Amino acid sequence: MSVRRLAANQPESFAFSPATLKEVKVWIAKYPAGRQQSAVIPLLWLVQKQEGWVSEPALRVVAETLSMPVIRVYEVATFYTMFMLEPVGSHALVQVCGTTPCMLRGAGDLISVCQKKFGNRDHKSADGKFYWQEVECMGACSNAPMAAINDFYYEDLTAETFEALLDDFAAGKKPKPGSAIARQGSSPEGGALVLLDPSLYDGTRAKPIKTLPNAPPKARKTKAPAP
Amino acid sequence: MPIAKVNGVEVEFEPGMTVLQVAELAGEEIPRFCYHERLSIAGNCRMCLVEVKPGPPKPQASCALPAAEGNEIFTNTPMVKKAREGVMEFLLLNHPLDCPICDQGGECDLQDQSVGYGRDDSRYGGDKRAVEEKAMGPLIKTVMTRCIQCTRCVRFITEVAGVPDIGLISRGEDVEITTYLGKAVASELSANVIDLCPVGALTSKPYAFNARPWELKKTESVDVMDALGSAIRVDSRGAAVLRVLPRLNEEINEEWISDKTRYAVDGLGRQRLDRPYIREAGKLRPASWAEALSLVAEKLKGAQPDKIGAIAGDLQDLESMKATKDLFSALGVANLDCRQDGMALGAGPRESWLFNSTIAGIEDADVILLVGTNPRVEAPVLNARLRKRWLAGALTIGVIGEQADLTYGYEYLGAGPATLSGLAKSKSEFVKALKAAKSPAIILGAGALGRADGAAVTAAAAGVAKTFNMTWNVLHSAAARVGGLDLGFIPGEDGKSASDMVAKGALDVLFLLGADELDLSKSTAFTVYLGTHGDAGAHKADVILPGAAYTEKDGLYVNTEGRVQMGQKAVFPKGEAREDWSILRALSERVGQTLPYDTLAQLRAKLFADHPVLGRVDHAPSGAMVDLGAIGDKGELSDQPFANAVKAFYLTNPVARASVTMAECAAQASGAAMIAAE
Repeated sequence: MSVRRLAANQPESFAFSPATLKEVKVWIAKYPAGRQQSAVIPLLWLVQKQEGWVSEPALRVVAETLSMPVIRVYEVATFYTMFMLEPVGSHALVQVCGTTPCMLRGAGDLISVCQKKFGNRDHKSADGKFYWQEVECMGACSNAPMAAINDFYYEDLTAETFEALLDDFAAGKKPKPGSAIARQGSSPEGGALVLLDPSLYDGTRAKPIKTLPNAPPKARKTKAPAP
Repeated sequence: MPIAKVNGVEVEFEPGMTVLQVAELAGEEIPRFCYHERLSIAGNCRMCLVEVKPGPPKPQASCALPAAEGNEIFTNTPMVKKAREGVMEFLLLNHPLDCPICDQGGECDLQDQSVGYGRDDSRYGGDKRAVEEKAMGPLIKTVMTRCIQCTRCVRFITEVAGVPDIGLISRGEDVEITTYLGKAVASELSANVIDLCPVGALTSKPYAFNARPWELKKTESVDVMDALGSAIRVDSRGAAVLRVLPRLNEEINEEWISDKTRYAVDGLGRQRLDRPYIREAGKLRPASWAEALSLVAEKLKGAQPDKIGAIAGDLQDLESMKATKDLFSALGVANLDCRQDGMALGAGPRESWLFNSTIAGIEDADVILLVGTNPRVEAPVLNARLRKRWLAGALTIGVIGEQADLTYGYEYLGAGPATLSGLAKSKSEFVKALKAAKSPAIILGAGALGRADGAAVTAAAAGVAKTFNMTWNVLHSAAARVGGLDLGFIPGEDGKSASDMVAKGALDVLFLLGADELDLSKSTAFTVYLGTHGDAGAHKADVILPGAAYTEKDGLYVNTEGRVQMGQKAVFPKGEAREDWSILRALSERVGQTLPYDTLAQLRAKLFADHPVLGRVDHAPSGAMVDLGAIGDKGELSDQPFANAVKAFYLTNPVARASVTMAECAAQASGAAMIAAE
């Protein structure tokens, strides 16, 4: 990570599209009157959804919408690295995880692929279609290595599958997100290794429970004390 | 009250105090960078670590930890010392250690505390981070590599000044203090962040590389840039005043001063009148004192008393006004005035022209009505106090006059006198609050008083104050005004007012005591100007008598509350200039009406004998009941809206107008191109 600055080239202006504006109102309505500023992160995110990145005029529009000082919006936008402060690729924003589990499982190869195909990180590719960066852990460690492309996770990648994936994006396709080796969620590669006995699932081993686990011991019947 | 032990000594403390405050009560000094008594608590520098039992077995940041009954606090254990040394080492990792070229050197918190907690060498071999300089306007110089991210400046500008222009961007080791895209800080109190900055990241631009603190002579004095009389310290070297810093005065300025107070002083070295001048054939020529005084005396003796007049300026001390009044009264002159703006106050009880709530006392008000005033530019420090009060809640503010960003919310009631006089019958929310208020106050600005219908406006305001039982406060914009009114420096019987005196053919001899705010173009009188700067008065003068500026004389000033304060001489008057009262004393001898005092002490003795109320220095009269019915004259109100008395904050007096720094600030404020300082 380096110092985050606003891009040198900024658009003249920014305006919410009618669809975004509807969502903006939903978000602002979630907070009590006088506390609209709390919606600053959702609003910046909506800006990013609409434009692909957060521009300087957009900061001012958000500040105005929430009646808060623009410096406060600027602080938030520069604090959170998920807000892109310069334009990103038209086809895909590729975020390769480079944290330890992914690194051990071959994130270095994915990074080399990006480097080879798109050039330096934190820049748009020469054709303007891609923008890639290395990010910290995205919480998909059991499917390492992985990359987040636009809104979805692509997991269990190798250099080859990753390259093919990026070619699909370049061709304008929308590849299916998830594991590249078609495993279900984070279950073991090649199928399950334990709990294989079918009788576990057919109900034959089921029997009524006499006492509930952790139930308090039943009180013993005692004679009433003699008067 | 709960009791805690600090290093084994029991201390009683108020509930809600932090561990740091309790330790201070016990006399233990806790090192700190981010903590400041008047700002919110950030707790991010970690320098104030102490050990507290019961609690986790690790050092805790005392500034953000509430103290509890039975706490045992240790401030000098080996664990605390080691923890603080660790914090200091980390703070210094990315600090450039460029003290020899840093303006903060000698008055730097980091420097001082590193003596106690720093290592003698560095264990860090890596590259230090460097941060780009930021533009923050003509007053604040930034060397951001030195910043330790305490965020005091951010908190001050946001909380106290109420102009959220500074922020902390990015995160982690990349954080930077900045304004939004290099915008200048648009606050009249902006330069206080220089005092707050514990390191040399924010330093004074006009004072850059001028002097080291140990070279300076420090003189405790009083400010004259506005009518609050803020406590200041004048730092001088040789004959030059190099800077002005605030002094602590809880009653007036707490520890803030306005940018004008701080930076107008470079005007004390420019356009100065340093010797007497006499106008001959339309041009001023240097003259000797004897020549100039004799000429003035001759003119005074040759004129009828009703054709002589004297006007006192806005920066004058009590002594010079007293000497002027004594001299001209002895000559039988009734044409005296200290009210250049023509404000309709001066007759009646003293309370009628005072800020009776007192500046600190305004915090007790629950409804405040501002009439014809913009405190943000007329008295920025008072405005900060109003904002502080507003932030505390349960305060309703109403404004009649110009609408402006006052840094706090208010209800705008109207623009002119009609709103004021109609207030009693109004059914607005504000009036409802006013009726329910326990201690409402009215603050009347000079803009409401210095009008043709000033007396009628005053009467109308007094009527409103009486109806709603409000405390009567006048916020003056000139430092000398209350003093002048207290001395009775107003037209006597059949005397002319200031505006009448400068009319065509009104007088034969006009004596200006530092009066520069008048339009003298019509005046045909022989004009004598006693003052400091080549400003409006001197341009029209036939004889110039060079006087002493506020840093060059011992003088008494009365602030808007009626508090008499003593200013002290920091440097000598420029060139052949003399202290004002001694010039008047010399003149009186030549006129044949020798004033009965030869020393300042004798003059003050006479002053206090004639006006006993002025003898109580540093005392603000408060709580006196004002006879509101006796204020002003009922009359026709015009429908002209109130205009604020201060049009250009940075250029209100001759000192500020001579200042290059103030000119830059004014240009910045008006959005014009900056005048290059070099």
